[in-house]
Amino acid sequence: MNIPEDRRYTKTHEWAKLEDGLVVVGISDFAQESLGDVVFVETPEVGREVAAGEAVAVIESVKTASDVYAPVSGKVAAVNEALADEPELVNGDPYNAGWLFKIEPADPAELESLLSPEDYARVLEEEA
Amino acid sequence: MDFTPHTPEDVREMLAELGLEELRELFADLPEALLEPELSLPEPASEQEILAHLRELAAKNSPADRAFLGGGPRPHFVPSLVPALAQRGEFLTAYTPYQPEVSQGVLQAVFEYQTMIAELTGLDVSNASLYDGAAALAEGVLLALRQTRRMGVVVSQGVHPEYRQVLATYLHAVGAELRTVDLEGGLTPPAAFAGDVGAVVLQSPNFLGAIENPAPWVEAAHASGALVVYVADPLSLALLKPPGEWGADIAVGDGQSLGNPMNFGGPHFGYIAVREKLMRQLPGRLVSQTHDVDGRRGYVLALAAREQHIRRAKAKSNITTNAQLTALMGAMHLAALGPRGLAELAAATVARSHELAGRLTAIFGVELATPEPFFAEFAVRLPLPAKRVRSALAARGWHAATPVPAEYGENLALFAATERHSEADLAGLATALEEVLS
Amino acid sequence: MNRDFPTLFERSRAGRRGVRPPRPPEADLAALLGADNLRGAPPRLPELDELAVVRHYTNLSRRQVGVDTNFYPLGSCTMKYNPRAGEAAAALFAELHPYQDPDTAQGALQIIYELQEYLAEITGMDAVTLQPAAGAHGELTGMLLIRAYHESRGEGEQRRVVLVPDSAHGSNPATASMAGYQVREVPSGPDGEVDLEALRAALGPEVAAIMLTNPNTLGLFERKILELIDAAHEQGVQLYYDGANLNAIMGWARPGDMGFDVVHLNLHKTFSTPHGGGGPGSGPVGAKAHLAPFLPVPTVRLEGDRYVLDYDRPQTIGRMRSFYGNFGVMVRAYVYIRMLGASGLKRASAMAVLNANYLRKKLAAVGYRIPYDRLCKHEFVAQPPEGLKALDVAKALLDYGYHPPTVYFPLIVKEALMIEPTETESKETLDEYVEAMAEIARRGLEDPEWIAHTPYTTPVRRLDEVAANRKPVLRWRPEEET
Repeated sequence: MNIPEDRRYTKTHEWAKLEDGLVVVGISDFAQESLGDVVFVETPEVGREVAAGEAVAVIESVKTASDVYAPVSGKVAAVNEALADEPELVNGDPYNAGWLFKIEPADPAELESLLSPEDYARVLEEEA
Repeated sequence: MDFTPHTPEDVREMLAELGLEELRELFADLPEALLEPELSLPEPASEQEILAHLRELAAKNSPADRAFLGGGPRPHFVPSLVPALAQRGEFLTAYTPYQPEVSQGVLQAVFEYQTMIAELTGLDVSNASLYDGAAALAEGVLLALRQTRRMGVVVSQGVHPEYRQVLATYLHAVGAELRTVDLEGGLTPPAAFAGDVGAVVLQSPNFLGAIENPAPWVEAAHASGALVVYVADPLSLALLKPPGEWGADIAVGDGQSLGNPMNFGGPHFGYIAVREKLMRQLPGRLVSQTHDVDGRRGYVLALAAREQHIRRAKAKSNITTNAQLTALMGAMHLAALGPRGLAELAAATVARSHELAGRLTAIFGVELATPEPFFAEFAVRLPLPAKRVRSALAARGWHAATPVPAEYGENLALFAATERHSEADLAGLATALEEVLS
Repeated sequence: MNRDFPTLFERSRAGRRGVRPPRPPEADLAALLGADNLRGAPPRLPELDELAVVRHYTNLSRRQVGVDTNFYPLGSCTMKYNPRAGEAAAALFAELHPYQDPDTAQGALQIIYELQEYLAEITGMDAVTLQPAAGAHGELTGMLLIRAYHESRGEGEQRRVVLVPDSAHGSNPATASMAGYQVREVPSGPDGEVDLEALRAALGPEVAAIMLTNPNTLGLFERKILELIDAAHEQGVQLYYDGANLNAIMGWARPGDMGFDVVHLNLHKTFSTPHGGGGPGSGPVGAKAHLAPFLPVPTVRLEGDRYVLDYDRPQTIGRMRSFYGNFGVMVRAYVYIRMLGASGLKRASAMAVLNANYLRKKLAAVGYRIPYDRLCKHEFVAQPPEGLKALDVAKALLDYGYHPPTVYFPLIVKEALMIEPTETESKETLDEYVEAMAEIARRGLEDPEWIAHTPYTTPVRRLDEVAANRKPVLRWRPEEET
């Protein structure tokens, strides 16, 4: 299972990475694998205020719809427009081109309380 | 007579397989206190007996196949092939097409229906059907509120009062606010909409039969960020400018005028059609074209992630069973008539209803209360309460004069005529009404 | 050569005429309707001759299965035989207008009245409305009754939560949301029934109602139902009964006697009215006396010897549907209940439960796993032998001429096959089905490649649902427009 070292994770299988002052958010390789072929992504509105742990996006496959939770609080600064035409990016490249949205964090320190790659790996082991 | 095939031998063998001796043992897991209540119901009847009984009950009704009653449902001509095809066991007894490989019949028929509704309404996408026009209106308004994230709704009094009642019930449930704008002179006056209004609703032809000009409401709604929900009788769309061309975002209505008998109010079907950008907000089932592993074209239910069985509490709607067969009857009706046949049927309806209006208003004391132009229905003001007139006409063998609720005015009655009425029918009704009023 | 089955639009030819209405009288439409109101271009509907239409739909029907053609054991759908007597009866009442003088529709009103009475008797409830158009519609109606009741007692603001078992049908939480409630799930215990302790813990002053199905979606009778209901009532919580599974207990037990406050029924399941490919159905709601004041209007009342439409219900929740409900569907259910009588309904349920248990036993014997292997009611949940997927077993069944059972529901069982044979199936049908299931399991384990690509013999094979969901094509378009 692919768990890049350069970012943090949540128990609900999101990843979060600080880039140019914004927190970029996506879902992990494990998550995209479990969902199957992604057919549609409902992204939040740019400008929306979100709280850590709030459900802010939905990823749909043919037979499921899964909530995506904001890992940190702040304001939605950008969403990945490419997903409208190519939702499969979430499956093919979950850690780069398949990013979902970016949050302008209210408190960048919140990132520290998220799971490290090792902790996330342990979460996955326990789920298995 | 219970349609079970089991012989006593079968029952014995099957119970033995389970290590049981009596049927009662199959219910051993029920609390004793509940078991085997005495149900007081009429004795069982054979098919022959029950049909005879029903014919007796039917004889207590006066058939309305040439009714002149306004208010929505109307007796229209339905080609014989429609019920014949709809009664085929494969359509009649099929379940929802969840296994597409063996459900291409229903799925393709629904795909064709969706296309026809989109064409009639001038919009982009239709769903597979909803329960009736009233539920379709409620769902259409809820869709607009979801999309705009607002909680205010403004509806014209021109929308059928029963539809407005159903809308009120649904909106109260989710805490949305409903405001009604009264008709003026039988038409919807211009209005302005506040920033909390997510949906504005009007109907054309309206409840009194008048053809509205939706343009002012469409403009005002879009200027303030609200969506327009347009209620339309689909038969009228054969001749009249459709909701899509007027700029509406969502069109809804009842399909009884297409291929379905009146059935004492139901079942009919409700339709909903929307602009492309609202597609994923649609409630209910949607059929999409696709291909199979061998490259053959086929159809499947799509975007199920909107629906209750997947999205559960966050579904767009709780709707599961809709009105599939009656909607397919509508499609068969359209296929049988074609665009020219449909236009002719609608034109005949318009001609007859206008002729009727002329004959009735020639009677002393009867005034047209619907501003022209109107389509298939019109209201008149009578010198007596409409209920009394309806009753007196019924005693003379005529179904006419639907009482209009007092909110629209006093002693108003709705009339309609269709292609099924002959000259003699119109003359006969006029004579009867004259007698009743004299 | 293109072997795709054409759409009506592809069969269309400009100028073809089908059925003609009577020739319209001369009329200047622009003058009568207003020139600005007329359509610019006519709708692009297909132009076909009558035979083409008949052939098209007849051949479409031959690409479709129904109860009439195949064994259709879909769990929780009750795919029993749809008596043709019902169709004949409904035709006698087709040409009635809902607004005709009620004195000229006494026969129709009598049917509504009597059906209200019969359903109240069968369910043990005090008052019935026939207005809702489907089960989910009935669910919404029932939940709004409960809400109105709490509001009338000044507890509307306080009670904002509805409890739903984790095995519940998706329409339950969806309905609760539409009724303005928040949904909280209650776990099922290891025995597949609602965990009584967990339920007690979840109850509280903020809970308005619990929505239950009994037997539940695993086909198991909730043996602690009386305790569950008492626990709820003690806290002022109302009990909602999802009647989708009523076919298991007609004449054997009544939800009203169990203590439920409100019930919905599916006439198109339990009471044999046809499914029609997805409706129209009918979802009557029965209520106990304390909820009756809130019922939708109108109902039908008997005044002396006249049937009247009763709008006199000041606390009504309002209307759920235009007119009186799906009257045509009511007629079919009326016929069914009158033909069966109390003894027939009781026997129908008994045979439904007998068939389900028989099938459960036989399938277990050929290798299917039964997670809750005890006496079930009208349906049960099975899992394929280890190593096989429910989806593949379902697709293989299509080649054997069976409609598959419900798959992947309820959510609490992996690779679930929910099987409901109904009472109108014979022992031989069940035996043959078991043979087919056995063969599928055998072949599937021996030859995974084979089963992964079933079906082979249906009009189309496995369809690309991913493409349909990524880029939906929801209407036909002429070539030039695509």
